[in-house]
Amino acid sequence: MPTDVIMPQMGESIFEGTLTKWLKKPGDKVQRDEPLFEISTDKVDAEIPAPASGVLKEIKVAEGATVQVNTVVGVIDAEGAAAAAPAPAKPEAPKAAVVPAPPAPSPQGRQPQPAEAVTRKGNGARPQPAPAPEPARPREAVARQAESVIEFPSAEEGQRVRSSPLVRRIARDHNVDLARVPGTGLGGRITKEDILRFVEQYPAGAPPSAPTGAPAVAAPAPVAVPGDLVPMSTMRKKIAEHMVASKRTSAHVHSIFEIDMTRIVKLRERERADWEKRNGTKLTFMPFFARAVLAGIREWPVVNASVEGESIRYHRNVNLGIAVALDWGLIVPVVKRAEEKNFLGLQRAITELAERARNKKLSPDDVQGGTFTITNPGPYGPLFGTPIINQPQVAILGIGGIFKTPVVKTDPEGNDYFAVAHILHVSLGYDHRVVDGAVADQFLSVVKKKLEQWDEDIG
Amino acid sequence: MPAVTYLEAIRQGLWEEMERDPAVFCMGEDIGVYGGAFKVTEGLIHHFGPERVIDTPIAEGALVDAAFGAALTGLRPVVEFQFIDFIGCAFNQITNMLAKSHYRWGAPAPIVLRGPCGGGVRGGPFHSQNPEMYFVHTPGMKVVAPGTAYDAKGLIKSAIRDNNPVLFLEHKFLYRRIKEELPADDYVVPLGKARAAREGRDVSVITYAAMLHVALAAAETLAKEGIELEVVDLRTLQPLDREAISNTVKKTNKVIVLHEDTRTAGIAGEITAVINEDAFDWLAAPVVRIASLDTPVPFSPPLEEFFLPKVADVVRAARRLKSY
Repeated sequence: MPTDVIMPQMGESIFEGTLTKWLKKPGDKVQRDEPLFEISTDKVDAEIPAPASGVLKEIKVAEGATVQVNTVVGVIDAEGAAAAAPAPAKPEAPKAAVVPAPPAPSPQGRQPQPAEAVTRKGNGARPQPAPAPEPARPREAVARQAESVIEFPSAEEGQRVRSSPLVRRIARDHNVDLARVPGTGLGGRITKEDILRFVEQYPAGAPPSAPTGAPAVAAPAPVAVPGDLVPMSTMRKKIAEHMVASKRTSAHVHSIFEIDMTRIVKLRERERADWEKRNGTKLTFMPFFARAVLAGIREWPVVNASVEGESIRYHRNVNLGIAVALDWGLIVPVVKRAEEKNFLGLQRAITELAERARNKKLSPDDVQGGTFTITNPGPYGPLFGTPIINQPQVAILGIGGIFKTPVVKTDPEGNDYFAVAHILHVSLGYDHRVVDGAVADQFLSVVKKKLEQWDEDIG
Repeated sequence: MPAVTYLEAIRQGLWEEMERDPAVFCMGEDIGVYGGAFKVTEGLIHHFGPERVIDTPIAEGALVDAAFGAALTGLRPVVEFQFIDFIGCAFNQITNMLAKSHYRWGAPAPIVLRGPCGGGVRGGPFHSQNPEMYFVHTPGMKVVAPGTAYDAKGLIKSAIRDNNPVLFLEHKFLYRRIKEELPADDYVVPLGKARAAREGRDVSVITYAAMLHVALAAAETLAKEGIELEVVDLRTLQPLDREAISNTVKKTNKVIVLHEDTRTAGIAGEITAVINEDAFDWLAAPVVRIASLDTPVPFSPPLEEFFLPKVADVVRAARRLKSY
């Protein structure tokens, strides 16, 4: 039986997506859950798995086309079905790949196009089989209902991972591979309790003994030849829109602080190997910056606020956006409730979000709800930048490069001397509508002090 | 204050609305001196007179036509069907005139169609039916099905005050079997709002009318095993309280929809679709339907017992869902 492949809805507020790349050609065999095509939406880029196993029979939406969610973009035929069936009226199949994409949805067309309508459009010529006459009443009409309601899986069937929409949602939110979760429900089904227990045990997503498979390699960005006119990707358009809107919305001011990172650089050099072995994750500078920002926000909460009309919303939690540069753009996944995490927890969360961003595995939830953003172009070598605020937040911390620099120090006897220090410049971009210079600078002073005099256990 | 039956609660509601608004009047077969087949209108004629409590011939189509005409002149008729089974005789009048009146002519049709529905009383195939879905499916209609005396009174008052045609389904099994003390004040229960009849965290039962009591009995049984049933009483079937439905799904993640109407194309199908649309990602198990069999209501008592959903059906389904 053919299975329609649809443009999935990647979040509540998303109505359309751009099909950026087909990973299979018509005629290719596909396995259920194998990546089938890539999409780009307002919020995220993602690889979409095949909904069924079989042969990709038809591509209905060409690469580059933007279609509403639930639009049928292709058809998978169960393996062998095409050969077994008498193949009625399929002359269009070979040219299916060049079928033009459906027209772009009209701006008011927020209703997802019914999948059926699209199917009909694509297969207008297919003769309908005559409907088989059906008895007016189902034969089993007198069977008591409870027995006929659910077919509970047998233990053997439980070999396959059986779960539920709820469990799959939780797994998605926590980046958990369900194959690793032991199921205690009927027939080995994974219950809500099972997945919650697993997530609690392994917050990073997988038991340490069984690391998940190699991350998918992101497709290289197309190379533009000078002289070309290349349409912006969805992500590019969104970045452009958001950046201009932010400049228009906020009264941007930037404050630059110089911070002596010598202590942390040395601590990190000293501890790194052991720490990484012990904790199974990379040790970067990001959790240091995150902890310092959290300390600053605790003293100056207005930096973690938003403007709502003529009011200021002071956020209860610090949802820390971490800008991640991608080969194809930029995305800001969010560490939720960062203030509740310790150093190790922050490092794990940041690493995991960045990996998912690069593997196009972010869910819309991962990029929503940020209240403060850190952007760290430091590794690319700037002295500092003047970052644009990520609306509706009111501040963004830009991290510059760390450079060995001669500095003047003073010894206990009061004598000045030159020393070599690891110097970092950070810049705070803030919205002068609600954050004044004195507040911004005092916030940065807390950040500076926390970093220069780092005394926290790093786990 | 003495406890009031479900039947008496409806009678009080009619009485109070007729006192409150002279435009309200009742019509139906034998509702006057006889007080109606079940005595819902008993005594009304003596207090309000034969002009406002009108006995009619046995002609449901004409009855609804007359009510529609009266409504167009500004009155607010309350039509009694002796048994709601006979509403089929007025199907055209209801679906083509009453329900479309506002849309087609801009004329409100503030008419209440009320009558006893439901089985479990050995009424046989012509006096036991639950015809709600014909009208739930009809745009322009509201459909109400109270399961308690409190709601019966509060909803009949809301139904009479509503400017749309409202089908008010009185479950005859409940008429004299349940009673409770009612507030003395002039309270109403809003149309379109469900109610959590019992809170629980394991499995939700979404139901209404007489099946509410089946669900509550099952909840008692299951509580002894440590399974907490949440029971949602819809109270109104059209418009459906989608928010209450998705809230309970988000809470328990497992749902039984229980109704006495027959299974195929019963409201459980619609509710399942609503859950699918609004709360799919919160489901931990398939939605289970428990309903009457797809046959006419049997006259034979043992067969009627077999036909109707029972406490044991709910208990069994809830146990399986709990371990799903």
